[in-house]
Amino acid sequence: MSIWSWSYTFEVFPIIFDALWITLAATITAYVLAMVLGLVLAILRRSAFKPLTWIVIGLSEFIRATPPLVQLFFVFYVLPFYGISLSPFVAGTLALGVHYSTYCAEIYRSGIDSVPRGQWEAATSLNFSSTQKWRKIILPQAIPPIIPMLGNYLISMFKDTPILSAITVVETLQAAKIAGSASFRYLEPFTIVGVLFLLLSYPSALLIKKLEVKLNRRSLGKKDKKLKEKGVAA
Amino acid sequence: MINTYIEMVPALLNGAKITIEVLVLSLIFTYIIAFIAGLGKLSKFRAIRVVCTIYIEIFRGTSLLVQLFWIYFVLPFFGIEFSALTAGVIAMSLCYGAYASEVVRGAILSIPKGQTEAAIALNMTPFQRMMKIIIPQAFKIMLPGFGNLSIELMKGTSLVSLITLGDLTYQSLTLRNTNVAHTTEIFVALLVIYFIIALPLIVLARWLERRASLGRV
Repeated sequence: MSIWSWSYTFEVFPIIFDALWITLAATITAYVLAMVLGLVLAILRRSAFKPLTWIVIGLSEFIRATPPLVQLFFVFYVLPFYGISLSPFVAGTLALGVHYSTYCAEIYRSGIDSVPRGQWEAATSLNFSSTQKWRKIILPQAIPPIIPMLGNYLISMFKDTPILSAITVVETLQAAKIAGSASFRYLEPFTIVGVLFLLLSYPSALLIKKLEVKLNRRSLGKKDKKLKEKGVAA
Repeated sequence: MINTYIEMVPALLNGAKITIEVLVLSLIFTYIIAFIAGLGKLSKFRAIRVVCTIYIEIFRGTSLLVQLFWIYFVLPFFGIEFSALTAGVIAMSLCYGAYASEVVRGAILSIPKGQTEAAIALNMTPFQRMMKIIIPQAFKIMLPGFGNLSIELMKGTSLVSLITLGDLTYQSLTLRNTNVAHTTEIFVALLVIYFIIALPLIVLARWLERRASLGRV
């Protein structure tokens, strides 16, 4: 096909590929924030102090119902009026991380809810403090089953990072746009971006599916294992 | 303060009109595509299955914004030029259609095999089987998934501002350029308007979810 220029492809590929590191760095930073903040939200939501629960629920609903792009503009353009000036990268990862933390909180919640009540009662009767209860009893049982779902959100976040280009973060898409506008050829740069995204996200999605199947199998076999452990302990 | 809000109203109303236009059009095409691709992936013809799988994986594997830019900036190279509105609707429908097709496929696969067998025993054609037996039952299972995807799609409409379509987000950015001092008011109003647009969708999605879980343990 004559319309596709290979020489131009090789010329812009290194520029776009370099920007992939920014995309990955943004994804991982935002993801860590989402995981940590999500857990905090999930735990606060179970608080006995009802007004706190309502505030957390209301805020999460609001954040989840409004576009991440607008939240990004909010963080980047509004916060400086209140003395918080963030670099585009930090503003971007903060907005994305907070947005996704509300989703992660829902997943944590499903994991925490699936821990049987007896575990809470047992921990209380063993005189565990609240922190010990969460750290040693509840979370170690709540988190492993939800790892695949958390993984899916990692991929979703990766695919959402191009919106950071709107606040001038030079990630993959922005790098391609700059390269394209210099020569008025967008075909090759944008196609490279698409292919890079596909090459990273598709295998990751397959990997997570595999992990899910494996975890399901393990939880089916858990009953036998538990019985065995009990036998050893006795 | 109140004056600032009143001055913003006409521009934001214009933007809201475009946002809702993109939303409604994309919703219609998303679910049409979802059924075509979802059923296509279950086809007995290998060629159709392969084409649908490639479409679904490409559009789920890349990012909506990348697809939007590709359709708006790259297709003109091939002599296919769209207005920003058309490009936005096409990109949104193709992207969310790929996600929704997985909802359609999952729901159809969850209908017990006995239903198909009973329909065969009643001498129904494959088309009748699908239209009269399988889809009516599967549709109820799809609805909660569709509800959640519609909310995601609503949020996705804000991306069309980046291809210069004058939606809510775009209008607010323009407003901000002329009244930088009122940035806070503009973006607070913008977030609230998006939330108001999302509200009926959220209520609908929750209602569908509750209804779907009725009768299940």
